[in-house]
Amino acid sequence: MLEIKDLHADINGKEILKGINLSVKAGEVHAIMGPNGSGKSTLSNVLVGHPSYEVTKGTVTFEGKDLLTMSPEDRSHEGLFLSFQYPVEIPGVSMVNFMRTAVNEQRKYKGLPALSASEFLKLMREKRAVVELDTKLANRSVNEGFSGGEKKRNEIFQMAMLEPKLSILDETDSGLDIDALRIVAEGVNKLKTPETSVLVITHYQRLLDYIKPDVVHVLYNGRIVKTAGPELALELEEKGYDWIKKELED
Amino acid sequence: MKEKDSEEDNHKKVRMMKAEQQYIDLFTQCEDMINGHSAEVMSRLRRQAFADFCRLGFPTRKQERYKYTDMAKLFEPDYGLNLNRLDIPVNPYEVFRCDVPNMSTALYFVVNDAFYNRALPKGHLPEGVILGSLKEMAELYPELVAKYYGKLADTSKDGIVALNTMLAQDGFFLYVPKGVVVEKPLQLVNILRADVNFMANRRVLIILEEGAQAKLLVCDHAMNSVDFLATQVIEVYAGAGSAFDLYELEETHNATVRCSNLFVQQEADSNVMLNGMTLHNGITRNTTEVTLTGRGAEISLLGMAIEDKQQRVDNNTFIDHAVPDCKSYELFKYVLDDSAVGAFAGKVLVREGAQHTSSQQTNRNLCATREAHMYTQPQLEIYADDVKCSHGATIGQLNENALFYMQQRGIPQKEARLLLMFAFVNEVIDEIRLEALKDRLHRLVEKRFRGELNKCQGCTLCKE
Amino acid sequence: MQNNNKSERLAEPYEVEEKSAQKGVTEEEPNKLIKQIAQEKYKYGFTTDVHTEVIERGLNEDTVRLISAKKNEPEWLLEFRLKAFRYWQTMEMPTWAHLTIPEIDYQAISYYADPTVKKKGPKSMDEVDPELIKTFDKLGIPLEERMALSGVAVDAVMDSISVKTTFKETLMEKGIIFCSISEAVREHPDLVKKYLGSVVPYRDNFFAALNSAVFSDGSFVYIPKGTRCPMELSTYFRINAANTGQFERTLIVADDDSYVSYLEGCTAPMRDENQLHAAIVEIVVLDRAEVKYSTVQNWYPGDAEGKGGVYNFVTKRGHCRGVDSKLSWTQVETGSAITWKYPSCILGGDNSQAEFYSVAVTNNYQQADTGTKMIHIGKNTSSTIISKGISAGKSQNSYRGLVRVAEKADNARNYSQCDSLLLGSQCGAHTFPYMDIHNETAIVEHEATTSKISEDQLFYCNQRGIPTEDAIGLIVNGYAKEVLNKLPMEFAVEAQKLLAVSLEGSVG
Repeated sequence: MLEIKDLHADINGKEILKGINLSVKAGEVHAIMGPNGSGKSTLSNVLVGHPSYEVTKGTVTFEGKDLLTMSPEDRSHEGLFLSFQYPVEIPGVSMVNFMRTAVNEQRKYKGLPALSASEFLKLMREKRAVVELDTKLANRSVNEGFSGGEKKRNEIFQMAMLEPKLSILDETDSGLDIDALRIVAEGVNKLKTPETSVLVITHYQRLLDYIKPDVVHVLYNGRIVKTAGPELALELEEKGYDWIKKELED
Repeated sequence: MKEKDSEEDNHKKVRMMKAEQQYIDLFTQCEDMINGHSAEVMSRLRRQAFADFCRLGFPTRKQERYKYTDMAKLFEPDYGLNLNRLDIPVNPYEVFRCDVPNMSTALYFVVNDAFYNRALPKGHLPEGVILGSLKEMAELYPELVAKYYGKLADTSKDGIVALNTMLAQDGFFLYVPKGVVVEKPLQLVNILRADVNFMANRRVLIILEEGAQAKLLVCDHAMNSVDFLATQVIEVYAGAGSAFDLYELEETHNATVRCSNLFVQQEADSNVMLNGMTLHNGITRNTTEVTLTGRGAEISLLGMAIEDKQQRVDNNTFIDHAVPDCKSYELFKYVLDDSAVGAFAGKVLVREGAQHTSSQQTNRNLCATREAHMYTQPQLEIYADDVKCSHGATIGQLNENALFYMQQRGIPQKEARLLLMFAFVNEVIDEIRLEALKDRLHRLVEKRFRGELNKCQGCTLCKE
Repeated sequence: MQNNNKSERLAEPYEVEEKSAQKGVTEEEPNKLIKQIAQEKYKYGFTTDVHTEVIERGLNEDTVRLISAKKNEPEWLLEFRLKAFRYWQTMEMPTWAHLTIPEIDYQAISYYADPTVKKKGPKSMDEVDPELIKTFDKLGIPLEERMALSGVAVDAVMDSISVKTTFKETLMEKGIIFCSISEAVREHPDLVKKYLGSVVPYRDNFFAALNSAVFSDGSFVYIPKGTRCPMELSTYFRINAANTGQFERTLIVADDDSYVSYLEGCTAPMRDENQLHAAIVEIVVLDRAEVKYSTVQNWYPGDAEGKGGVYNFVTKRGHCRGVDSKLSWTQVETGSAITWKYPSCILGGDNSQAEFYSVAVTNNYQQADTGTKMIHIGKNTSSTIISKGISAGKSQNSYRGLVRVAEKADNARNYSQCDSLLLGSQCGAHTFPYMDIHNETAIVEHEATTSKISEDQLFYCNQRGIPTEDAIGLIVNGYAKEVLNKLPMEFAVEAQKLLAVSLEGSVG
């Protein structure tokens, strides 16, 4: 589904990603772990086409298509979804209007007719249940005045609405208490099908207790330095990242 | 350098003299004609207004209040006037079906500066409400009109108010007696209609007695492709405990100059909302002065401008907290594209002793191009200590993070920008206290941003 | 109860001191600090009895020629002065400020006063009149290097003359020039000629023209390329002679990759007549250089009835000419009967940055109209404005500022915050910001609030045993902290005390 080859990327002329190679197949859950500043968030931003980052080398294909030449919205239409670490507040734009525009743009891209108002509202109701999102929140402006937990739930709600093929969860666990973490993780698991994949970017093990990864990668200094099964996450939880740094230096 | 300065000054003087002279000549030559087609109560003030105009002339940019617009230049071209009140061949009811859908309004027209009397809306206004041509009402109720007419609009302070007072022959009058509530929103459509370049001087007088309530929507339209210059002076008296909403919507064309002076005086516990929205225009100067003279009075003063091409909007507001315990809330938003110029100057004065004043003023602006210029000047002048006053002004662009967030969800950048721009101005529209009008404006604004509302052809309100 | 008390006090402002003292005795333990503050008043109001040569009052071309001759100036400088004088004669006093300025009779002022006249030639410590040394000692500005505050070099100016500049030689070793402007005209004419009037041209405004015609002394600073000035440079201005005006001129040039922190202080004796002070400060900041300019302005503010005090009409401007240059203005304005002052910055170089941090306190009948101008011209320039106004008594305090973003100033950023605090119901606090934006990539934000010290805050302090006067001092200092923190240490302590003293008797 996703093929990353020798990906290099800069922000403000500073190289952050220094040759990433990664392959995610349909149905797989990959976790990318790593210490602060290793390039985890950069990787997710580059994949969805954030304008602040510049790809200097390498290729990324998504379902066989060249991802890097696509606009951010087309990447979304192709089925790429990022759950942001810090979802932005958009005052004055209602959740309903925002989501209706997003869903219908995706349908337009796929050559489907726009949903009618009642169809759309029905869909909203259905999907809201997935993450137990309050009706009140759905009627407010996008993320405005939402608590940290509500924002993350809102991200998963949008994921449910847009039904992406590959979801990237960027530090989705940060700032969540244990109940909110469970609701969010259960939401992700409910949405998971054998055809869809998930890329979990996290600093800690705890989210991986709920969303079981098939493969765990360690990102360090802009490169993937270690890849193994789920047991790697537990090892990192226990020993921290220092031993990997040491291993690399030796 | 100095010599050059004085040369420029002289040049200006000559030019200004020219701008003023034509109006001085006009009045001197046509005074009888003006009076003959107006009411005595209105004509009483002309001589004084004329003297004031001769003394003041047009405001110059050297005056702080007119820093951003050269008024004399706007009055310089030659415009036709209709001083002997020739009948303008138009039936506005046929041209305009201007009801806002889902909003039942009582609809009235002013063609240029004359109240259109021939087809009044059916249905009755509540007992005691007086509404109609200012000229006629001034003849029918001379004492009532004389008690208020020209009392707020001081001709000795502003050359344009003086000019309007000296030339205005008719306009709109509304009187709501004590305790009467006009449930149905009133709508007044100002139509500029002429075959040659044309000047209209309208006058509006609105009186709400104690506890009275009314809502008025005023729309400005320009019907012909000629140059228009419209001056208007509105005086609003809001009695104790009264409630009044005034929504002004300008949808004229690029060759229209609008110069409005709105004066509001509020007694105790009155509640007034003023909302001036410029959707399409040429050059617009709106001066608003609100005086809070009774405790507990509240004013919401809002405005919005969407401009492109060479359009200009200059809003100048002044809120005078003369007594304690009053509230003012002010919000102005501008979106400037192409070579548009926006100006906002808002002054809030809290006089000595006006304790427990609460005043909040916000001005936010979006500039889309290098050629678009924005001038903003919020001002607080405070002489009482137990007050809560704040103002904020920003000039900037759409939030890049929000744009990207929307793109990630699959909303194309262009669409995302539009959504954010609607959101930006909707803050002003959402304050409107008439649901149907709010919905209509949401749609109008969207059309405006999508470029579907380039020019007002007839009444765009009804041609959706 | 509290309110009644307040209005009663405000009706008789001159008795406030006494009443608060009484209150202290009857209601609580007498508080030493209040007493100390109450007695402190304007502690710099003494005069120095020293032989001073004062030229005749009045202003005409001959006066300008006489000043120039007394300073043995070169011809070009006399020409500069005369041009300025002729231009000044064509000008009128500006009236746009929110100030009530009594008519000033420019012919009733003497434009030159030299308290060092007995001595001729270059001065060493031995040659400075001991009276003058004593005066500056009393002001807390020791002029003997061994006694001086460590790390601060001082240029001491009294009336029209620089009395002494300390650590000159130490600085010269690094190539740093720090001397009086008169000396700089003699010793470094090329530098002065190149930069004088290049930031504030004499045509700039009425007072700039006046200053350019009659300026007497002030400081000159040149920091050579790549040099970080090892100590704080400071100029202390003192008006002593009666009926004289002070027209100092300061010029600071920071060459590429240099850094300097500069402090300015000033005081004047208590006199019943108003005294005129019209200074110019010009700062040139070249590539990657940084200048910090801090002022604690404490000219005599007049008495509680508004009699006397200094009229302070100052033009201060810096030009960030170089790329990545930085200029920071910090001012604490507590003195002067009238203040008219807008330390400004032209952000010419790409990526240049400017800051303006200000606390302005007015009490009794003082008037202040102060603020800044930030003119963004280069690309990626940013400016920050933090202004805190505190009004008490019957004073008027205005913030006036302009942020202009020129058409080519891509990505300009400005943030302004202007807060006013009102102590008492007879004073005024005003905010007049102007924003002229001509570039769509600019982000400009302005916020202003006006408030008073809340009864809740005061009561909270009272409940914890802090008397009202102290509580106000605490709260005001907290309110001004953002600005005070920007001052060098030595100044910050002084400034905090000054705030308390300035607000003495303003308890509401």
